[in-house]
Amino acid sequence: MTREERIVATFVELADAIVDDFDVVEFLHHLAERCVELLDCSEAGLLLADAAGALRVMASSSERADALDLLRAQAEEGPGFECHRRGTPVLSEDLLADHARWPAFTSVAVERGFRSVHAVPMRVRGEAAGALNLFRVVTGRIDERDLPLAQGMADLAAIALLQERAACESRHVVQQLQDALNSRVIIEQAKGILSERAHIGVDDAFARLRAYARRHNRRLGDIARDLVAGRLDASSVDASTSSTGRPRN
Amino acid sequence: MATDRWSIVRKAIEAAVDGADGSAIESVCGAAVALLSLKGAGVCLMVDGELRGSVGGPDRGIALLNELQLTLGEGPSLDAWRLGGAVLEPDLAAPALARWPVFSVAGVRSGVRAVFALPLHLGAIAIGVLVLYRERPGALSADELAYGLVLAEVAAQLILALQAVAEPDTLHALLSEQPAHWAEIHQATGIVSLQLTVALDEAFVRLRAHAFASGRPLREIARDVVDRRLHLDG
Repeated sequence: MTREERIVATFVELADAIVDDFDVVEFLHHLAERCVELLDCSEAGLLLADAAGALRVMASSSERADALDLLRAQAEEGPGFECHRRGTPVLSEDLLADHARWPAFTSVAVERGFRSVHAVPMRVRGEAAGALNLFRVVTGRIDERDLPLAQGMADLAAIALLQERAACESRHVVQQLQDALNSRVIIEQAKGILSERAHIGVDDAFARLRAYARRHNRRLGDIARDLVAGRLDASSVDASTSSTGRPRN
Repeated sequence: MATDRWSIVRKAIEAAVDGADGSAIESVCGAAVALLSLKGAGVCLMVDGELRGSVGGPDRGIALLNELQLTLGEGPSLDAWRLGGAVLEPDLAAPALARWPVFSVAGVRSGVRAVFALPLHLGAIAIGVLVLYRERPGALSADELAYGLVLAEVAAQLILALQAVAEPDTLHALLSEQPAHWAEIHQATGIVSLQLTVALDEAFVRLRAHAFASGRPLREIARDVVDRRLHLDG
């Protein structure tokens, strides 16, 4: 396969992997590994901003302590950190020469044998979401022609994150929908159970369930669920509506 | 022709995107009826393979199909949910597969000849089924099936969009319509579970069996149980 063919194949493979129920962490690790294969770097890693804006290690091309250390060392400084802040690529051709700029990060990196870094920003809906870091053991810069490819990989990571967020939101709403549909059934079943136990009509049973829920400051659906599951005895709902109006227990 | 058809689909999608329009699900069903030469269309909401609601506007045939499947525990909507794919029966009177024997006979007797059920997928699960039927036999053409699948997708997204803006722990008002007697069936299930000292799912099966054995609709049996005219004995 020519290099160009390999690039196309990689993009097709990665795009194919972004389906409804993919594992985003696994996907991003995979993407980092592909970065090492296609781009002139020996480790690649993704830093992602959390809800509070702090950068967290999301994925790396290897689980080697070195690679993870390089990412963690950028919580407050470093090319990845700066790239995320600025929203533009940040390059260090020689980490030794940039020691004054990022003292803590460059110490960690050089100690582990890395000499240059290229960081490209990840953007989600126009907002900075993190950075893709390419770590190299030699000084110098990545081939100019590879820069669009590096950005393309970062963009693909951002698309995966967007997709994951949408899928997560949709799973949440589906769960809500199903819970609400089930609740409706369970409330009817609870009405039936209480009406049989208390020898009253289903409308009266409903009134008692609702009154019980209100007095105990709980949701009707939860009361019904407890009753149906046997966690709440029908007689206690019944008894609590005795003429004194005081709930027992 | 293709352009006309596409404009109907587009209108349904636009209605779905607007969302706020209370008749959006009805529009999707209306689009299906117009596009696929149907007698009627409806959406049933399902959880864990059980019918839990029916939306998309009143339709006698859809009500009947839901009722039959609830009573019999067999039929195209249940299969579409279970199989996760389209279930197509172009002629209930002469089916290629001998599935749903009782459902088919009852459906044909009530004037339903062709029925198609397309699951509403959201991610890995189906939240319901788009049900389509004709009063004369006839398969969906490839085009018709394609439009049907698009409309099922639109309906699924629309339901998701509606529920996303619902009050917490409640069904969106536009998703909460349900056949009047369904509530009674669940009430009767609760009553029977105490009468027979059995679990709720078992109680429901007993009710269903009683309806089947007595040749009466489940809703009538349920009504009799709720009104204490009928007592199921162990």
